Amino acid sequence: MADRFEARFSAVGGQGVILAGDLLARAAYEEGKFSVQSPTYTAQVRGGPTKIDVIISEEKILYPRTMAIDFFLSLAQRSFDSFGVGLKPGCTILVDPNLVHDCKGHKNVYRIPVIDLTHTGLGRIVYTSVVALGAMVELTHVVKNETIQKIVEKHAPKGTEKQNLKALDIGFSAAAAAKADE
Amino acid sequence: MSQVVFWTGNEVTAEAGIAAGCRFFGGYPITPSSEIAAVMAKRLPMENGIFIQMEDEIAAMGACIGAAMAGAKSMTATSGPGFSLKQEHIGFACMVEAPCVIVNVQRGGPSTGLPTHPAQSDLMQARWGTHGDHAIIALAPAYLRELYLEIIRAFNLSEKFRLPVIVLIDEILGHMSECFEVPEPHEYTIFNRVKTDKSPEEYNPYEVSDGELVPPMANYFEGYRFHATGLNHDKTGFPTTDQVLCQTDEVRKHEKIAQNRAEIDSWEEIMLDDAEVLVIAFGSTARGAQTAVEEVRKDGIRAGLFRPITVWPFPEERVRELAQGKKAVIVAEMNLGQMILEVERVAHSDVKIVGCQKIGGIPIEPYEIVAKIREVG
Amino acid sequence: MAFDYTPYLRMSKMPHLWCPGCGIGIVVKSMIRAIDRMGWDKNDIAVVSGIGCTSRAPGYLDMNTLHTTHGRSISFATGIKLVRPEKHVIVIAGDGDMTAIGGNHFIHACRRNIDITCIIVNNNIYGMTGGQYSPTTPRGAKAATAPWGNMDASFNLTDLAIGAGATYVARGQVGNGTQMERFIRDGLSHHGFSVIETLANCHTQYGRRNKLPDPMQLIKDIQEHSVSKSKAEKMNPEEMEGKLIIGELYKNTQRPEFCDEYEKLCQRVQELTKKVEAPV
Repeated sequence: MADRFEARFSAVGGQGVILAGDLLARAAYEEGKFSVQSPTYTAQVRGGPTKIDVIISEEKILYPRTMAIDFFLSLAQRSFDSFGVGLKPGCTILVDPNLVHDCKGHKNVYRIPVIDLTHTGLGRIVYTSVVALGAMVELTHVVKNETIQKIVEKHAPKGTEKQNLKALDIGFSAAAAAKADE
Repeated sequence: MSQVVFWTGNEVTAEAGIAAGCRFFGGYPITPSSEIAAVMAKRLPMENGIFIQMEDEIAAMGACIGAAMAGAKSMTATSGPGFSLKQEHIGFACMVEAPCVIVNVQRGGPSTGLPTHPAQSDLMQARWGTHGDHAIIALAPAYLRELYLEIIRAFNLSEKFRLPVIVLIDEILGHMSECFEVPEPHEYTIFNRVKTDKSPEEYNPYEVSDGELVPPMANYFEGYRFHATGLNHDKTGFPTTDQVLCQTDEVRKHEKIAQNRAEIDSWEEIMLDDAEVLVIAFGSTARGAQTAVEEVRKDGIRAGLFRPITVWPFPEERVRELAQGKKAVIVAEMNLGQMILEVERVAHSDVKIVGCQKIGGIPIEPYEIVAKIREVG
Repeated sequence: MAFDYTPYLRMSKMPHLWCPGCGIGIVVKSMIRAIDRMGWDKNDIAVVSGIGCTSRAPGYLDMNTLHTTHGRSISFATGIKLVRPEKHVIVIAGDGDMTAIGGNHFIHACRRNIDITCIIVNNNIYGMTGGQYSPTTPRGAKAATAPWGNMDASFNLTDLAIGAGATYVARGQVGNGTQMERFIRDGLSHHGFSVIETLANCHTQYGRRNKLPDPMQLIKDIQEHSVSKSKAEKMNPEEMEGKLIIGELYKNTQRPEFCDEYEKLCQRVQELTKKVEAPV
């Protein structure tokens, strides 16, 4: 269990975090690790809080749900409030400060305006979750930057590879800058 | 290289069914199993298979049996309330010995219960849900690659022993994804029903030769023109109320399971060689139970896990052997005590047996099993 | 020369369990003659039934036969037909079986317009279980579970079938076997879901409770309550009260049949997926 890494990506339905979680899990597999993901499953409506949990380990993953979360992403106050539980002390938290204002006194919070960055850098906010994924990888190094690039390139819809890779880069840089500010 | 997939358990179920040769799926929407039907609706037309969404759960099961009688390998998938509804036709399939596979993605209950949360509370229903004495096979995999192989095994067993085979998973396994390499066809076998070699004149649909327990099957429209009925029947397939004939036929249906345990039984044993505390858990709960066993081992508590994969018939003998002399046996399950009843039934009376039970939609977490082990260990 | 039924029957299963004078026999004989006229091979026919007196018919028919659960014969028949759409699938059921416990399956088979022929023997009662009132027992009639007279409204089966989407619907009665044979034959030739309601006598369970204990008496009563289509057209609602129309009541050859549509769907899907790799 020692090397078990648990990530939770939360947002409101429609922001694309389910895809981000899926890509992270695939990247872990690419590196020879085990990965399991579980989405929230409720009668979800568009705009309702949603999450995906991704567990990554060097060993076969036994318990398939989270026990102590190492990384938590929230792109909405509502999702922060609903899913910001079960976090490990010292859990790395990434929020968009324009959408999440109250981090409930948690430490180790990185405030990166991913939606603004996406809009400025790419002109469209559909890449938000990939920017967030890039920032997450840079913050945690749970998989290598090259691996996530490879996976994003492989799974991006045809014709959007470049934009998606750029989105990752935006995430990498923003997180690197945020770390430097520490 | 094999295909690496990141399917959900429900997607695995559908794809494995197709790999096993399933070409008929009778479905009805119900959470949390609906994605199985959705994948089948997409995939079966590509394989010249048939997908139909029936008007209700009972009809979905009936259509599967009809399809089986006409020669197809058939499957349906459901959850809690739908599993209750299907019981009538599961009994019919037992009676006419129609091969088919029923997947139950378990959710909280009773009644509508917790449609989007897991449970393991249909274990006893899988065994005894339909009325009357009947034998049944139920499989409960815990990992998605294993689920793939167990679905194939479910089809094989149903074809080989001519009965409905139930696969019990739950909301956790149904909705989670786990990266794995899809087993290649050379990694498993596919069993197709044994057809009769008799002429139509000589053929009796429920006649077995000496030493055999499973009657070779003729499909409809192949010249055999036999009769099948949900009434008790003799070897000719026609109803009878002759006590001896009724009992003989029903006992044979039990014996076809009882005498083939070596092939039907399946379980995993983890760290049991020196174990003083025996943990028993199945399906998704067994994953957390293994974590718990590994945790307490770090503190020198000698615990081990027994994980039945074939849950029905219950592995009586092995559990009896393993329970003997143990400090305690812990049965962890997402219900209020079902598998523990079997363990109590088969273990020697001097063994201490305790349950680690939880319902309400949240899985049993490893620390809860750890605490239970520490309590008794 | 008299028609020889024996090639279609499992003679070793005789005598049958029906009461002497039971109307089911007339229906089964009409059905056999209709099948004979179709020239079908017995090996290509499946007959599926549920529970009840009528549902015991398949046991006597030398075909591929399946005697299933109460009300649910159509679900099994649907599975059989979809797997072997080129074969002939017939469902035979009583009124209680098909329209009470099996009502849902019935209306959905009508809606799907799957090529199955459904013969309903309507004797207004649950016979086998002991004379309980069914969804077609007339208001006021007595039954084991309506000892003071039935207070419940009844279904008009053919209206129900037409409303639900069946594409061949006819009603016959046991007083006219030749006509019934013609309706069944037209139903068998029809490509789609066909429903043939046959009004029949159960003098044992229905008749005896309703002052019509003799088969001929009850058949006569059925005839008196039956009106031909042409006559009915000239009758006003008051005159039609308590009467049922006999005849071919609906036929539609334009509506798509389910198995055909499924076949087309498969072709379309296979055509589409040839070009695009199946998604992982």
